[in-house]
Amino acid sequence: MSDIRLPSLGADMDAATIVSWCVAPGDAVQKGDLLGEIETDKGVFDLDSREAGVVAALLVAPGTKVTVGTPIVRLQEAVPVPTAAAPEAPEAPEAPEAPEAPEAPEAPEAPEAPEAPEAPEAPAAPEAPAAPSALAAPAAPPPSPSPHHPHVSPLARRIAAEHGLDLAGVTGTGVQGAITQADVARALAARDDATPAAPTGAPVPTPASAHTPATIVDGMRRAVAAAVTRSKRDIPHYYLEHDVDLHAALAWLARHNADRPITERVLPAALLVRATVQALARVPELNGVHEHGAFTPSSAVHVGIVTALRGGGLVAPVIADAQTHSLAELNAALLDLVQRTRAGALRTSELGGGTISITNLGDRGVRAVHGVIYPPQVAIVGFGAIADRPWAVDGMLAVRPVVTITLAADHRVSDGIRGAQFLADIGRRLQAPEDA
Amino acid sequence: MAEQAQAPMPSAAAPAPESPATPATVRMTYREAVREAIREAMHADPRVFVMGEDVGAYGGCYAVTKGLLTEFGPERLRDTPLSESAFVGAGIGAAVGGMRPIVEIMTVNFSLLALDQIMNTAATFLHMSGGQCNVPVVIRMTTGAGRQLAAQHSHSLEGWYAHIPGLRILAPATVEDARRMLAPALADPDPVLLFEHALLYNVSGDVPPADAFVPFDRAIVRRAGHDVTLVTYGGMLARTLEAAERLAADDGIEAEVIDLRSLRPLDEATILDSVRRTHRAVIVDEGWRSGSLSAEIAARIAEQAFFDLDAPLRRVCSAEVPMPYARHLEQAALPQVDGILAAVRPLVTR
Amino acid sequence: MTVLTPPAPEREQDRGRAIARLTSMLRIRRFEERCGELYQDEKIRGFLHLYIGQEAVATGVMSCLRADDAVVATYREHGHALARGISADAIMAEMFGKVTGTSRGRGGSMHLFDTATRFYGGHAIVGAGLPFAIGLALADRLQGRDRVTACFFGEGAVAEGEFHESLNLAVLWQLPVLFCCENNLYAMGTEIAHEQAETDLALKAAAYRLPSWPVDGMDVDAVESATRRAVAAIRAGEGPHFLELRTYRFRPHSMFDPGLYRSADEVAQWMTRCPIATYSARLRAAGWLDDDTLAGIEQAAREEVEQAVTFAEQSPWEPMDDLLRFVTSEEVRHG
Repeated sequence: MSDIRLPSLGADMDAATIVSWCVAPGDAVQKGDLLGEIETDKGVFDLDSREAGVVAALLVAPGTKVTVGTPIVRLQEAVPVPTAAAPEAPEAPEAPEAPEAPEAPEAPEAPEAPEAPEAPEAPAAPEAPAAPSALAAPAAPPPSPSPHHPHVSPLARRIAAEHGLDLAGVTGTGVQGAITQADVARALAARDDATPAAPTGAPVPTPASAHTPATIVDGMRRAVAAAVTRSKRDIPHYYLEHDVDLHAALAWLARHNADRPITERVLPAALLVRATVQALARVPELNGVHEHGAFTPSSAVHVGIVTALRGGGLVAPVIADAQTHSLAELNAALLDLVQRTRAGALRTSELGGGTISITNLGDRGVRAVHGVIYPPQVAIVGFGAIADRPWAVDGMLAVRPVVTITLAADHRVSDGIRGAQFLADIGRRLQAPEDA
Repeated sequence: MAEQAQAPMPSAAAPAPESPATPATVRMTYREAVREAIREAMHADPRVFVMGEDVGAYGGCYAVTKGLLTEFGPERLRDTPLSESAFVGAGIGAAVGGMRPIVEIMTVNFSLLALDQIMNTAATFLHMSGGQCNVPVVIRMTTGAGRQLAAQHSHSLEGWYAHIPGLRILAPATVEDARRMLAPALADPDPVLLFEHALLYNVSGDVPPADAFVPFDRAIVRRAGHDVTLVTYGGMLARTLEAAERLAADDGIEAEVIDLRSLRPLDEATILDSVRRTHRAVIVDEGWRSGSLSAEIAARIAEQAFFDLDAPLRRVCSAEVPMPYARHLEQAALPQVDGILAAVRPLVTR
Repeated sequence: MTVLTPPAPEREQDRGRAIARLTSMLRIRRFEERCGELYQDEKIRGFLHLYIGQEAVATGVMSCLRADDAVVATYREHGHALARGISADAIMAEMFGKVTGTSRGRGGSMHLFDTATRFYGGHAIVGAGLPFAIGLALADRLQGRDRVTACFFGEGAVAEGEFHESLNLAVLWQLPVLFCCENNLYAMGTEIAHEQAETDLALKAAAYRLPSWPVDGMDVDAVESATRRAVAAIRAGEGPHFLELRTYRFRPHSMFDPGLYRSADEVAQWMTRCPIATYSARLRAAGWLDDDTLAGIEQAAREEVEQAVTFAEQSPWEPMDDLLRFVTSEEVRHG
């Protein structure tokens, strides 16, 4: 018997709302299987199982907001599955034994009840403050809201009434899944905008419309603000930039892509990411996490790809073990991530655990981007636009495609000379892409 | 902590730049501020005198009145026997008899020995006499925990007193308020109880010129914010401000912090105005939760700003236990910054 | 020393003063009798504690006080208020709950106040008047005035901590207080022997090192002469004095009291010592009182009481809109 707890998907996440469950008590799950969906400030994510077993109980009802670390699913060890189709001895452990009740005549041998015991959807103290001190706990653990009677804050109800908004389809993000004024504002914006609503009801912020109270603040903005504020407060950044001539790299890429179908064509960004990943092997103090006053380098390179959401805001889904990816695999992973991020289809396992981040604002035309490190990481690499620039070649002025690669790194962990060596190494690798 | 407690309040402390005679801001401890206030009052008005246990020769249990015996003599700095009811009652009688007594009770727990006089005499006389008998007495006492003084010296019972019509209850949380609240309290024709949190006496802070002082019955917004209103007073102000800074830094949550200053009457307007802007409120009170001042504030918000609320009201109060001696238990029993953070964070969702 | 030795009672030598004392006691008696009827007629409600039997105490003490002295009394204080000079009209109106009452109908029988005569209640918490009284005396001391504060309380209050705290403090600070303990032998229904380990209250008070005299509280001249000596000493700066005024209440503790705790014989026994009857007899014996004089005094007392009832009946009620007045000095303050 073990509990799956709400995972922390990022340093700035401390709670999430359970959107739905994909499993039911009695279901067998393997590690990595989809359990359900959770919603955070940054959107809706799939929740993967961390271990194999049989679902004994779902501890939190959909619509309930719980803090990180709260047990949400109870698993028990998998019972050997009967090989035959015969449903004879399900004998679910801990099944409430009904037979003693004399008024239940069919109970004893009802063989078609192999389903595991009706797991009580026990609301396990949703906001359970384990805090021993002066509790701020709600007076009583509230029951999970019925889907037909969602909680609505008084203010949200008032605004909705003023605008004739039907709350039936509105997803609540507040305490106990309550619909808040922000939820109402999003719903109003969605109703009034011609554009389709955000996918899967994710709380993608919308710009304030005429119907939106001016006081409504974008939650995504807040989450980002919290992370970058913390970063700028705690991390002493240093910044370097390095211009790289991509003449050779792009020429190689053109040849490489020439006889491939569109779907397999490699983007310049993939080349840049691969060079970065490879260069990290020589500068371990840029790859890892700084927590509790100490830096832990990582042998694996888990690259967070900073991705803008269509509605505003940022996420940084991670390509795990990028050092093992071929160029084609990296390219595919990048495309996939961007696509799924924008569709709101990221999985929880893709959000945490980054050891370095890459931000690319090249397609917006900027020359250089000086990034803000995503705690607890210690470095972020930025790519500007690849643009034709005057470039001295053998004492002559030439025009070359040039990119400015930047590094923002944590000075507690590394020094500028190491960062400079790292950028130079990336530049060198981009001169001979075929070797990679 | 001190510096935070003294955070400037733009609305409150607007200086008058033209006035060349404006004396400079002075820095002192909370203890010195109370002492200076007493000294000033005694110089200004011969009717003012101080009475209480060990206020004279000993210099005050918390050294607030140290040195005043030499300055004013034993007639005006009166040591009393351990007779809380008698000397508080005597203060009430002396006030009716034309004096302006400042009665000091060592701690709020001891004040219960004089509760009869405070409740049944001081608070009732004006009404019971059909408006004939004002009781212009000032009663000062320490309150609050944090010094491992266990279950008979540590409680925060000011909320009980705030229950009683006829009393004015003040809780100076800053050095400036400690310095400036006594004079208007003495000028008040009705009984005033001043609660000084024991942990504040050593705190240093700035005392701006007297003309910058905000009337003592007004709450003050000590920190502006738009996401949530934190209502507090007295000894909890500093840690509430600390929590607000952490919320801003870690969560991007901008909390508005209101220092009540006057627990009775309550400045409802300031509380409600803030909640109508932030739509969320958390009350931080060192008193117990049940039947408390925090409950009163929550009820008033619910009564008068219900349709402005976007989240449930929350309270951060002391654990419902007589104050334990052991430090770890005492700290666990008291509202702490983490508890405030835990109460606020779930409320501010987007 | 004279700590426990009261001055010998002195017979009043002046007919006019003697007649005035008799008049005062009769006036209180008739007033209280009428109050008892009005209570049964439901004109007066709440608790009503009658002073019948104890009239000599209030009469004797008040006759020794100056206009600028102060009086602090208990919930059985109609007699004290009348003897202090508060009008019967205002007292009766207060019991009717009318705006013309001493406390605008907010105090009732137990809380008569009149700052003009320095009459400060009307305290219905047993013992609570003592700390207040020493505070009044302290104010006089600090302001250099030679005023005296007379503080009345029953023997039941002697069991309260505030009694002991206050006597101790008053003696420590040598405050000008006259402690008037009206020992009527019963704290509500509890006989003194059941609530006091030492029933000699003058002896008990003397432990606080102040002159402490037992006085026959059924003899108005004895009360007057003891009080006069005590007040003179207090005014001369000799510190607080304590009088144990031994008396008896003829009526029940309050109106709804079946009197189970004492025998009819005992009450009858004490009634033979009725302060009015014995004083009348003494004045007759001295040739100072005849039937016509007594009838005149009675007539005047009855007329005053009936006038007070009429006044109370005809007086208006406090407007309901004024409910929240006098809670604090700012008349409307949001609690």
